[in-house]
Amino acid sequence: MFGSYEWNKKLVIRTVASWALALLVFFPILFMLVTSFKTELQAIAVPSLWVFEPTLENYTEVQDRSDYLHFAWNSIITSVLSTILGLLIAVPAAYSFAFAPTKRSKDIMMWMLSTKMMPAVGALIPIYVICQKLGLLDSVFALTIIFTMINLPIMVWMLYSNFKDIPREILEAARMDGATLWDEFRQVLLPLSMGGIASTGLLCLVLSWNEAFWVLNLTSANAGTLASLVASYSSPEGLFWAKLSAVSVLAIGPIVVFGWFSQKQLVQGLTFGAVK
Amino acid sequence: MGFLDLEAVDKYYGKLHAIKGIDLSIQQGEFIVFVGPSGCGKSTLLRMIAGLERINGGTLTLDGNDITHAAPAKRDLAMVFQTYALYPHMTVAENMSFSLRLAKVDKAIIDEKVKTAADKLDLTQYLDRTPKALSGGQRQRVAIGRAIVRQPKVFLFDEPLSNLDAALRGQTRVEIARLHRELGATTIYVTHDQIEAMTLADRVVVLRDGIIEQVGTPLELYDHPANRFVAQFIGMPQMNLIPTSHVPAAPQGSVELGVRTEHMAICAMGDARIKGSVEMVESLGNETLIHVRPEFAGEHDLPLIIRQYERTDLQMGDEAGVRWDDQHVHFFDADGKTLTNTVQGVAA
Ligand SMILES: Nc1ncnc2c1ncn2[C@@H]1O[C@H](COP(=O)(O)OP(=O)(O)OP(=O)(O)O)[C@@H](O)[C@H]1O
Ligand SMILES: [Mg+2]
Repeated sequence: MFGSYEWNKKLVIRTVASWALALLVFFPILFMLVTSFKTELQAIAVPSLWVFEPTLENYTEVQDRSDYLHFAWNSIITSVLSTILGLLIAVPAAYSFAFAPTKRSKDIMMWMLSTKMMPAVGALIPIYVICQKLGLLDSVFALTIIFTMINLPIMVWMLYSNFKDIPREILEAARMDGATLWDEFRQVLLPLSMGGIASTGLLCLVLSWNEAFWVLNLTSANAGTLASLVASYSSPEGLFWAKLSAVSVLAIGPIVVFGWFSQKQLVQGLTFGAVK
Repeated sequence: MGFLDLEAVDKYYGKLHAIKGIDLSIQQGEFIVFVGPSGCGKSTLLRMIAGLERINGGTLTLDGNDITHAAPAKRDLAMVFQTYALYPHMTVAENMSFSLRLAKVDKAIIDEKVKTAADKLDLTQYLDRTPKALSGGQRQRVAIGRAIVRQPKVFLFDEPLSNLDAALRGQTRVEIARLHRELGATTIYVTHDQIEAMTLADRVVVLRDGIIEQVGTPLELYDHPANRFVAQFIGMPQMNLIPTSHVPAAPQGSVELGVRTEHMAICAMGDARIKGSVEMVESLGNETLIHVRPEFAGEHDLPLIIRQYERTDLQMGDEAGVRWDDQHVHFFDADGKTLTNTVQGVAA
């Protein structure tokens, strides 16, 4: 067809470019995955080996040396609990910002968001001292609370923009129909914003799982999550690339699989209702 | 004491005094229409009655109970919104039964009531659809159905027909009139459509800037407007106004004479009370509107409009004489209040 050659060329360029970009982004993870199946000696070879006999010895050694499940459990507990707690706070907050705004609502929301612009290390000392005084250092409880708080601004904003898309007359109609606040939420708002609430929860889960700064600074053996497990392999006896890679694969594995299955929800949530 | 009483009801939005101490008493079964220019507070007043806007002063009494600060859910009123506000995730049947299900009414009774309402509104075949799959007119009927299944004490409508096309609007208007006759329910209806106001209302409330200008039956307002604002607001095209300096034998203190377009006529120059030139002729088939610019009128004054049922040979630029019927004139004083009014009696 006339002009289809032009069109084809564009398509090829676009396809090649997107694959190149995807590979570039994915390469470190691929490299890590490959390295995790090498021996330590192969791992430090320069130039890197790409053809070798894979071994599982790193994985068995990691399991022998440290209690993977203990750390994985801490990761699961802290991310799930902080997500639930976060939603319990963020949903009512976003509801009131979206449907019963006052003159200052926008300012409060901007202020909440601005806390995300401060470097976390700026709050390290006070939070560390508070945890220490309360005897909460190295506790799952403190970690859960901190995860909740660092995710709250994002959660409130995501939910707010989601709720904003729901015409307020629909909620008013429910009120006129005799709905209590709970009915209004449970039977009207929740079904209409399920997608937004789900993607907010998913994002919060992923962010909590990946959190490393507070984990490394506030926990050690007891409440440490997978992030601290990974970190523990990069320290005292020098670097062991292969084992470090193996433990990293174990740490990110679950969340990557999880993210893969929920990517549609995540993308939808992250566009902040911009695409409709 | 009426069925629904508003006493000195006030609303402030920050510094803006949106509703300025309104008193109104509505009888059971009455069909009340709020009209007024955009931004005069019609919706606000309706939403205050609904409980969707807080009342900042005064009291609201329904059937003997003070509901000034009651939650909307506790007022037993139903509202039909301009945007329909149907629940998008529910079917038509679920939309209509929502209030009854919340009230934990027996399932058999709910089904019965939904069926009756759907019958009345010609919605039976759509009961299993979601609102997305309905036309605008059907959605509007669902919204009305949702209100009537509840048998509320008062129906509230906020410009329910303004999103429909002209033909459908006419049809739905007749439907609403029929429903009101059948159900005999007290109704408050906001509109800026004159025809809706005139045809539906038992009494019309004319609002301006948060105050009531006049309350009365449609014909009372048409024949005996309390002031120039009401006189001009009711009736299309607007009532003609002539400064009394150009009117012989005007009553003491009057500054303007008002004559409706149908009470003015083109006449021979010899009989003319006002002479002018034809500015435009609008032939609508059943009636003809002739715009005449009086000799004394300035550049920015509105022309007089003469409505007649006969066709005309007049052309733009022709000289024309105008006279009017002294049985149908209104004189307004400097404040715009009606001073004297020669319109006789109110029929119907
Ligand atoms: N939520 C609000 N906040 C501040 N001012 C408001 C609010 N709602 C209404 N107003 C103001 O109150 C006045 C009355 O508004 P309202 O919506 O009742 O007018 P209306 O008569 O219904 O007009 P329309 O015919 O355009 O619907 C307007 O000046 C409007 O700007
Ligand atoms: Mg309005």
